Order: sequence, then C-alpha cells, then structure tokens
Amino acid sequence: MALEIPESVVLSKLDKLANWVRSNSLWPMPFATACCGIELMATGASKHDIARFGAEVMRFSPRQCDLMIVAGRVVMKMLPVLQRIWLQMAEPKWCISMGACASSGGVFDTYAVVQGIDRFIPVDIYVPGCPPRPEQLIQSVIDLQEKIRKTGTFGGSEFAKRVAPEGPPQNRDIPGDVVVAPGDYTKSRRISLN
Amino acid sequence: MPFDEICQSLRDRFGGECFTRSEFRDNRRIHVAADRLFEFMAFLKEQGFDQLAELGAADYLKYPSARDRYGIWYILVNTITGERLIAKTFVNDPDPAVASMFPLWKGADWMEREAYDMYGIVFEGHPDLRRILLPEEFTSYPLRKDYPLRGRGERHNFPVITRAES
Repeated sequence: MALEIPESVVLSKLDKLANWVRSNSLWPMPFATACCGIELMATGASKHDIARFGAEVMRFSPRQCDLMIVAGRVVMKMLPVLQRIWLQMAEPKWCISMGACASSGGVFDTYAVVQGIDRFIPVDIYVPGCPPRPEQLIQSVIDLQEKIRKTGTFGGSEFAKRVAPEGPPQNRDIPGDVVVAPGDYTKSRRISLN
Repeated sequence: MPFDEICQSLRDRFGGECFTRSEFRDNRRIHVAADRLFEFMAFLKEQGFDQLAELGAADYLKYPSARDRYGIWYILVNTITGERLIAKTFVNDPDPAVASMFPLWKGADWMEREAYDMYGIVFEGHPDLRRILLPEEFTSYPLRKDYPLRGRGERHNFPVITRAES
C-alpha cells in the first residue's frame, strides 16, 4: 500500500539528518596556547570568516562546544588541563589538532613539551603548518564536515568503536626517552578522570 | 660611587680577604663566599644599592676553568644614581644552599623560587620555597647540565584517553 506523502514532506535517515545538522553547526572550543591561536583568530575574523562554514560560534566554555581546536604547543603542565577540558565537552565532539606543535611537538623537542596531543587525547583532523594559514584551517573544518557526514551516526556509535589509543606509542623509537616515572602525574590535583 | 670606593668600604667593614672583585666594561662584580653573602648584601643595601634588579643562577658543570658547580648572581641598582653592582656567589653539591634575600628585598621571592625550580638551589630563610613554573609533581631540576634535554620521560607520563571512554 503506497502512502500518500505530500510534496512538502521530505523523507531521510535520522543519521543523515543528524549529520547534516551537526556538520553545519560546529561550535569550536579554541584551545589556543601559541601563535597558531593568532591564525585561529584570523580565521574567525572578517577576512577569512569561518562563519561561512557554520563554525563561527567560538565558546570559551567546554560545556557549550563540540569541536576542540588545539592551536599551539601543549606543555606537560597544560596537558591535564587539556584532558580535563576535553572530558568536559558534551557529546558528540571532535578534535582538530592545528599546527606542527599540537600534532607532533614541532621544533620543541624538550622535556616539557608533549610530542603530539594525539598521544593522550583522540584527534580527528590534523592540520600541518607552522602556523597553518587560515585557509588550511578552513579546509580542515570542511574535511571534518565531510567526515561527519560520511561516518556520523545519530547515537554516536562510531565513537564507541575507537577503543584503542590513536597516537603513536609512547617513547616511540627515541633512544633514552624512557619513562622512569619521576613524580606521580596520574594522581595530579589538576585532573580527575572520574 | 666609584667601584674602588665601594670595595674600600667593603674592606673596611668585612676585611680584605673575604671577597674578590672583577670588572668587564661597565660590569662591576664582587665575588663573595656563600655563607657571608647576606651580611654583604645588607651592607650594600645600606650603601644605597636599594633595588635587587635581577637574581639568576647557572650550572658550571664541565665549564672550562670553573671550580664550583652553581653560580648565583645578584644585580643591585642604586635607584638614586642608577649605578649597578653585581654580586656573585658559588655553591656546590650535594646540598647547594645560600641565604635568602627575601628579608632584604621582597622582590627576591619569585626569582629565588625560579632558581630553586630550575637548579634545586635551596634559599635558606625563604618563606615559601616551592616550584613556580614546573608542576608540583616534577622531581628533577631541568636546567642542570646533567639533566637530559628531552627529560626523563615526564612528558610521556600521563594517562591516555581513548575516544570510546571520553
């Protein structure tokens, strides 16, 4: 029996609808710690205007955001803060690692700088550059929109499948870069994972 | 006040053998033993060097011709005349320690905490000597020359959050 559907009604999948809505209204959480943050500001300003892609609502509270843009180097003192902010963001959420430092530590191969945030939090899109041009960041937002449209689900089941750590293994092929566990950072007062 | 005059007044007050002097261009330095530094500084403050402009430290491990491990310098300024004077002292392992200048200059507070943070030099008498830049859990002193550039794994020593559990 064919159902009479008026022309004003459009049928779709719930997943597809959710993806369409989410991808066109990404609210970035600017985690800007260095010069990439300036490019991030330029991306939000009138010349490049990230509003053209629906991602202009930068909120400085993680509770209101669904896209974390880590722009700049993250030092070991900041990492628990980064993890805490990431955990405070509401689902569904995505993460863009902007620039060489956030993605790999960049030129700062020192004791204090985390060698890529993907070692400790999940990352969806990496943006190369030092710092990346605003066009590159806009392209990463477009790529993320495409990723959401292609893989997103209404209930977020694509996230539940990502159970393994996604970054490089710790101490990867850096001789002498062995954890000797000085200090207990897991019980640091600056973060609680529970 | 000419440098000779300052040195003469120091000799009159403390005796001639307890410090040495050196000059390089307009840098006027006195080198004082660590255990007598505080009284020297108190005297210099009375003489008009009323501002502690800078306090720093250095590790002289494997430095050519160095006899001591850590150097600590204090740059004093006479705010009336604009004159500067550098006081320098040396301390050694295993317990590098020197008197805190906090009773004389409150501005020494954070500078001494930074030197403690980076070199592990203890400033005796400091009211709140704890780390200022590095996290409290840090156990090393990273500006020491025998500390590896990439650290001892501190930057890797965090829990990993996967996407499924966050």
